[in-house]
Amino acid sequence: MSAVPTPTPPLGPRGLLGGSGSRLPDLVFRGGTGVFAWVVVAILGLLLILLVLNSRQVFGQFGLSFVTGTDWDPVAGMYGALPFIIGTVASSLIAILLAAPIGILTAVFLAELASRRVAVPLTFAIELLAAIPSVVYGLWGVFVLGPVLKATVEAWLVGTLGWLPIFAGPPFGIGLFAAGVILTLMILPTVISISRDVISSVPNHQREAMLALGATRWEMITRAVLPFARSGIVGALILGLGRALGETMAVTMVIGNSQKIPQSIFDPSQTIASQIATTFNEAGVGLQTSALIALGLILLVITMTLNVIARLLVWRVAGPVTEAA
Amino acid sequence: MTAIAGPPQSIAARLTGSTVGRRRTIVDRVMRGLALAAAIICVIPLGAVLAFVIGNGISALNIDLLTKPPKALGLGGGALNAILGSLQMVPLAALLAVPIGVLGAVYVAEFGNRRSARIIRFSADVLVGVPSIIIGIFVFTFLVLPFKQFNAFAGSVALAVIMVPVIMRTTEESLHIVPNSLREASLALGVPVWRTVFSVVIRTGLSGILTGTMLAFARAMGETAPLLFTALGSRLINVGNFAKPMDALPVFIYVNARQPNELLNQQAWGAAFLLLAIVLIINVAVRARSWGRQIG
Amino acid sequence: MNILSKRAVGLALAAILAGCSSGGASPTAQGTPGTTPAGSAGPSTPVPPTGDVTLQGAGATFPALLYQVWIEKFSEAYPNVAINYQAIGSGGGIKGITQQTVDFGASDAAMKDTEIAALPAGTKILHIPTALGAVVVIYNIKGKDGNAIKGLKLDAANIAGIFLGTITTWSDPTIAANNPDIAANLPDTAILTVHRADSSGTTNAFTSYLDAVSPDWHTSVGAGKEVKWPVGNGAPGNDGVSGSVKQTDGAVGYVELQYAVVSGLGSAQVKNAAGKFVAGSSAGVTSAANSVLASFPADFRQAPIINAAGDDAYPIASYTYILAYVDQTDATQGQTLVAFLYWALTDGQKEEKAIGYAPLPDSIDQKAIEELHQITTGGSPIWP
Repeated sequence: MSAVPTPTPPLGPRGLLGGSGSRLPDLVFRGGTGVFAWVVVAILGLLLILLVLNSRQVFGQFGLSFVTGTDWDPVAGMYGALPFIIGTVASSLIAILLAAPIGILTAVFLAELASRRVAVPLTFAIELLAAIPSVVYGLWGVFVLGPVLKATVEAWLVGTLGWLPIFAGPPFGIGLFAAGVILTLMILPTVISISRDVISSVPNHQREAMLALGATRWEMITRAVLPFARSGIVGALILGLGRALGETMAVTMVIGNSQKIPQSIFDPSQTIASQIATTFNEAGVGLQTSALIALGLILLVITMTLNVIARLLVWRVAGPVTEAA
Repeated sequence: MTAIAGPPQSIAARLTGSTVGRRRTIVDRVMRGLALAAAIICVIPLGAVLAFVIGNGISALNIDLLTKPPKALGLGGGALNAILGSLQMVPLAALLAVPIGVLGAVYVAEFGNRRSARIIRFSADVLVGVPSIIIGIFVFTFLVLPFKQFNAFAGSVALAVIMVPVIMRTTEESLHIVPNSLREASLALGVPVWRTVFSVVIRTGLSGILTGTMLAFARAMGETAPLLFTALGSRLINVGNFAKPMDALPVFIYVNARQPNELLNQQAWGAAFLLLAIVLIINVAVRARSWGRQIG
Repeated sequence: MNILSKRAVGLALAAILAGCSSGGASPTAQGTPGTTPAGSAGPSTPVPPTGDVTLQGAGATFPALLYQVWIEKFSEAYPNVAINYQAIGSGGGIKGITQQTVDFGASDAAMKDTEIAALPAGTKILHIPTALGAVVVIYNIKGKDGNAIKGLKLDAANIAGIFLGTITTWSDPTIAANNPDIAANLPDTAILTVHRADSSGTTNAFTSYLDAVSPDWHTSVGAGKEVKWPVGNGAPGNDGVSGSVKQTDGAVGYVELQYAVVSGLGSAQVKNAAGKFVAGSSAGVTSAANSVLASFPADFRQAPIINAAGDDAYPIASYTYILAYVDQTDATQGQTLVAFLYWALTDGQKEEKAIGYAPLPDSIDQKAIEELHQITTGGSPIWP
């Protein structure tokens, strides 16, 4: 027979176990775990403080023209972040433009059209795509994808659309476009898995109503399911975009590492992350290091903002979602 | 013009051109085909990457690659420095990250009030999205510069910082799933809170916690950028000395991929094979059970 | 024995050893490399301490292949010594030694006045030259007949035009003019230039050349470890540039000679100041270095040797340096460093020709060995 325990408060804001802490071991336990939890907040806070403090030197010297400047010239002491911002945005944009149709269609396939026996292994395979380390993608990109793209897709694009400056050749394989393609592969799993969750959470009565009205399967999807899930899918795309912006290794290995603003998608370029990766270890103490850290701060601000927006959009449709990968 | 139709019409009825027009049928079939094609397109690159890594990697696998450090001019030698480095730095990172992640999640799930839970959860979510290279810069400033020494401990800390928020969020989810009746029963029996958490709650959610931890571990094995500024890399074998630089499989791959020496490129493929094997085995092992349940 | 005569003995021994090992001036260059540790030469030769020591160095990729060989051989002679050299570029070597995150740095570009001023207050740095190398122009061109082009000759205007982006295809007439025998085989392939993405002494040497020979380059780009390249892809390290050129048809880049050898890529013969087309070689840079010996600076900060006089001189030659503090905070590591540097300046010089570097001219070698006497720990010289 159980003894009468210390009265536990009803399920209140502190949860079932919170609040029953009049015994010392439990107080210590709660305090201890609390410390660990707040460590995460402390890490984030320290990170932000560090980035801001170390960026002050370069912002102090250049002000906002650091963000709009196009010259990155350590020898002359000139620092302008625009080429890297453009490289980051352009490569990620290519990735989203390719990943959106493929990803959404695949998510629709997995959530609506495929049978269990097909959907599960396919999902398995796509989640494995997410597990491949970035540097392995980079290795494969340099030796396999680059030459293949050069010989097929890029050659065809330059051949047919090369009169447009944005598609002007000559294509060398390595460059902005190759980086965009690799990023597509890396963000597809994110886009697909969240879109699939979002689509699955659309209530069935929407589907049934549409079908009852005589719609084909496809019409049901495009007119009942997708509009309902729209903000969640946009959220998935934005999360994928956030991922793409921060990718480092694979991009560094295939983007061509050029500090000029690319004119064509086949030109070499450089993202913020790849610029930091290639030059941080030798950056001159002082202004150059400050400039690189400021680049990091810009990247962090962009990705943080996108992440917050994306999660809000996804939560509206599907409830709180955590990705483990 | 919408008629309240009965059950959805059969394909045959549609194909004979009844109330659903030919055009709509064609659109329906084409788009569904495209969706299938998209799914296949997603899987092709996976196959391509696996094929090349396995193909090139296996031919590069020899005793030397696994047992020797790099040699000058790439004449022989192997990746032992990198293999040992990864096998030391990542487990140390896990040792640091698991207590913080799991116990921190316990706090948020069991004790946190609404506001503190929200702040901690938000911080963890933001930290998950921070590019790993920025974490490398962060740890460089605190653990390399003041000591004027690139060191493997800083590398482990950087990896731990990447792992902690992932472990924390997945652990929290697992703890939420544990039904409250279990907690109530335990408390009703007079078990102290801390004991309840360990013996009842965590034990029940253990498989979810393990899953999150293993996935975070696999991710840390594959991280390169944060190690570039912390552990730096080393051509020497380093066992146990975390105060000095250490190599790692991803760093080894990165350096050897760009060499003009084909022997070294081969070693990069070999190391990529090892890395991919470790990462994929962990991922498959961890997810296979839940997939099995889903199909069955 | 007072210090002066000790030094005299040391110098004499060093001169004898240098004369035997450098092989540049003296024709009888025998002496088996690496079998007899330097310690056998006499009591005043620096040797590493007993007990396990690890040295950490970082810097230029230009001499990295040479240093890898040296480190292996030195560790064979002294198994208790482990040296980890990370090739991250000359800029990285300078930064590492400035921030004292490494025990020694390496750079082909001598530290500038501003960089020296950025060193911690009260410290003094030594530039110890270790080798000479050639910066060669490597190319990967598939000819019209389907075979790789070999034996390309380029003059200063060609090279400047290629890297400025004004010459865009390999079939350009100005290139053909210098290559009458292979002109018909030069394809229309677009030229992809590859330069260094990181801060590089090799870039410093190469852009010094372009700066000297091309007024356009001088006004629009200039010389330095990092410059604003008008066109082309970047790649990290000498290894990255050669790897990148190897992977793309039509690519051209600039690297230290040994990287051309290792990658199997052709390196162009460059027209020197005497109007002759010279291939990068150990003899070519030795000839170039010898022609400017008289003006070698006292603080060892020699600029890249561009367009040296002489029929055999290769126009783009550079010394490469190890950077070490005069005052070593750790006695064990300081002693090991001095021993390693002494070995490099004596036995090590014999290794260089075999792998595409050139040994130091005798007089420079002797001066460098003398420099080692300046290194102190706790106030007293390690090698008096």
